[in-house]
Amino acid sequence: MLSIKNLHVTINDKPILKGLTLDINPGEVHAIMGPNGAGKSTLSHVLSGKAGYTVTEGSVMYNGKDLLELAPEIRAREGVFLAFQYPVEIPGVSNIYLLKAALNAMRKHQGLPEVDAMDFLTIVKSKVKLLQMDEKFLYRAVNEGFSGGEKKRNEILQAAILEPKLCILDETDSGLDIDALRIVSEGVNSLRNAERSFLMITHYQRLLDYIKPDVVHVLADGKIVKSGGPELALELEERGYSWLEGQAA
Amino acid sequence: MSGAAYLTDYSGLAASLPGLDLPWLQGFRQQALQVFGVSGFPGNREEEWRYTNLSALNKTLFAPSASQTVDEDWLNQYRLDDASSVVLVNGQFSASLSRLQDLSGQVSVSSLKQALQDRPAWLESRLGQAVTSAEHNLVAFNNAWFADGVVIEAAANQQLAKPLQILHVVTQTDALSATRNLVVLNEQAEAEVIETFVGSVDSYFTASVNECLLGNNAGLTLYKVQLEAEKAQHFGGTYVKQGRDSRFNHHNFALGSGLARSDIHSDLDTAAECSLNGLFVASKRQHIDNHTRINHLKPHGISREFYKGVLDNKARGVFQGRVVVAEDAQRTDSEMNNRNLLLSADAEVDTKPQLEIYADDVKCSHGVTVGQLEEKSVFYLQSRGLDEEAARNILTFAFANEMVDKVENAELKALLLKELLERFPAISL
Ligand SMILES: Nc1ncnc2c1ncn2[C@@H]1O[C@H](COP(=O)(O)OP(=O)(O)OP(=O)(O)O)[C@@H](O)[C@H]1O
Ligand SMILES: [Mg+2]
Repeated sequence: MLSIKNLHVTINDKPILKGLTLDINPGEVHAIMGPNGAGKSTLSHVLSGKAGYTVTEGSVMYNGKDLLELAPEIRAREGVFLAFQYPVEIPGVSNIYLLKAALNAMRKHQGLPEVDAMDFLTIVKSKVKLLQMDEKFLYRAVNEGFSGGEKKRNEILQAAILEPKLCILDETDSGLDIDALRIVSEGVNSLRNAERSFLMITHYQRLLDYIKPDVVHVLADGKIVKSGGPELALELEERGYSWLEGQAA
Repeated sequence: MSGAAYLTDYSGLAASLPGLDLPWLQGFRQQALQVFGVSGFPGNREEEWRYTNLSALNKTLFAPSASQTVDEDWLNQYRLDDASSVVLVNGQFSASLSRLQDLSGQVSVSSLKQALQDRPAWLESRLGQAVTSAEHNLVAFNNAWFADGVVIEAAANQQLAKPLQILHVVTQTDALSATRNLVVLNEQAEAEVIETFVGSVDSYFTASVNECLLGNNAGLTLYKVQLEAEKAQHFGGTYVKQGRDSRFNHHNFALGSGLARSDIHSDLDTAAECSLNGLFVASKRQHIDNHTRINHLKPHGISREFYKGVLDNKARGVFQGRVVVAEDAQRTDSEMNNRNLLLSADAEVDTKPQLEIYADDVKCSHGVTVGQLEEKSVFYLQSRGLDEEAARNILTFAFANEMVDKVENAELKALLLKELLERFPAISL
């Protein structure tokens, strides 16, 4: 589903990703851990098409398409979803409006008619319940004045409604208290199926107790320096990253 | 000289203006003509007109038109159903188009012409109370040229049963529509008035002046919806005298015209409240100019001012907001805010908040921002599947909609939303 080969990325001529290779198959959950500034968010932004990044080498194939050729909105409509590390506040645009506009953009891309207003409300309300959010959040401006944890939960709400094929979670667990972590993880787990893949960026092994990954990678200095099973996360928790730096995968 | 052609033209049309038999009005007009005659239309050298180029008024001689022809289907799209209305066609009251049947007995609404016949003495003591020719030469022009208008009076403790819409309609190319409106709310009276400016032709000149006299504890909500045609020249001034404890809420939606200038001035007596909201949206080569002045003359007054501007292409916007707190006006509480969104590198806004404070125990603040859409917000929406144009439109719409949201009249709000969505088509709301 996703195949990243030897990806090199610069920001303002400064190399950030330096030959990153990663393959994700349908239905797999991959976790990426790594020190601050390693390039984890950069990877998530490049995958979702944010401007300001230059790919100097390498390729990203997504379901047989050259992902890097696609405009950000086309990637989204093709099923790439990024839950932002720092979700953006959009004053004046209500959550429910954005959800509907986004869902209809996806449906249009798939040749489907706009969602029926009643059906839409039913879907949205069931997902709000799943994430144990207050329905009032639907009518508030997107992320405006939300606490850190509420913003993260709101990102997962969007994912639950848009049903992406590739779900990139950039530190969705950061800033969540233990109850919220459990609820959000349950939300994510309910989205897991044989086709949907996840790329989860996290600093904390705790998340992986709730959402069991198939593969754990360590990203350091712009490259994957080690990959392994869930036990790698436990090892990292114990030993930190320093023993891995300078290694290649 | 600027305005010379108008002065020459005046001698011919003076006989057609109302109030020929009223010496006081003749004197009023003569004095205004003299003031106007000194320098004509205001020029860029005057500080208050630095950014405003009125040269189009000298290139074309805009002249009054007696035509009362209106395409009613076209007009109806701007009408509010749940409101009384006065329709001024090319500056003249139209009895057949106006709807004044629902007024209560102690509220009177009539054309200015009618009022000059019915109660000239009452008018004599009120016309020119809130503004004089000395203000600037467009007021002087209006004083000399006004041909008709609306006079509204609510007796003490009375309330207008329904909002009153004043539709300023121009249907003749190069017409001059010079109207004068007077709103008198006696003690504790309340009214909601909606001024709507539209034109079915491209080029014309609107010069309109409102004087509002609010008695103690009276309340006036006045909306201005300026949707003039693309090449129209628009001047609309609203001058208010607020009595003790009175409330004046103004909403200025400036969305149309080639060049538009609004003046909104209010003088506040003790504990009066004044709220001025504004939204100006301009594109192409439009110029929209807003001048507000809040004079806190007595203690305990409250003023809140919030203006937003959205400027695209080569459009230009001006916000000059002045708050004056007189020495006597202790305990004044005043806030002024102007936020602007520039959608193109060639768009421009000149924003000039001015506080003049002569009292020492006051709470006054002001803030100004000029910015562009945030790229991270555009990307966020794109990452949710919206294309870039839709993302920008939605964000712009949201910025502007904050002002529409403050409109309490649901029908008017819907009309404004429609106008905004035409300019920034977002996916259906
Ligand atoms: N606009 C920018 N200009 C210059 N350097 C940048 C810019 N954005 C990011 N960087 C740098 O790129 C590097 C990788 O940043 P990135 O945000 O991808 O790290 P990260 O692995 O997500 O870190 P964290 O765990 O703290 O979230 C950092 O050194 C960062 O300072
Ligand atoms: Mg990061």
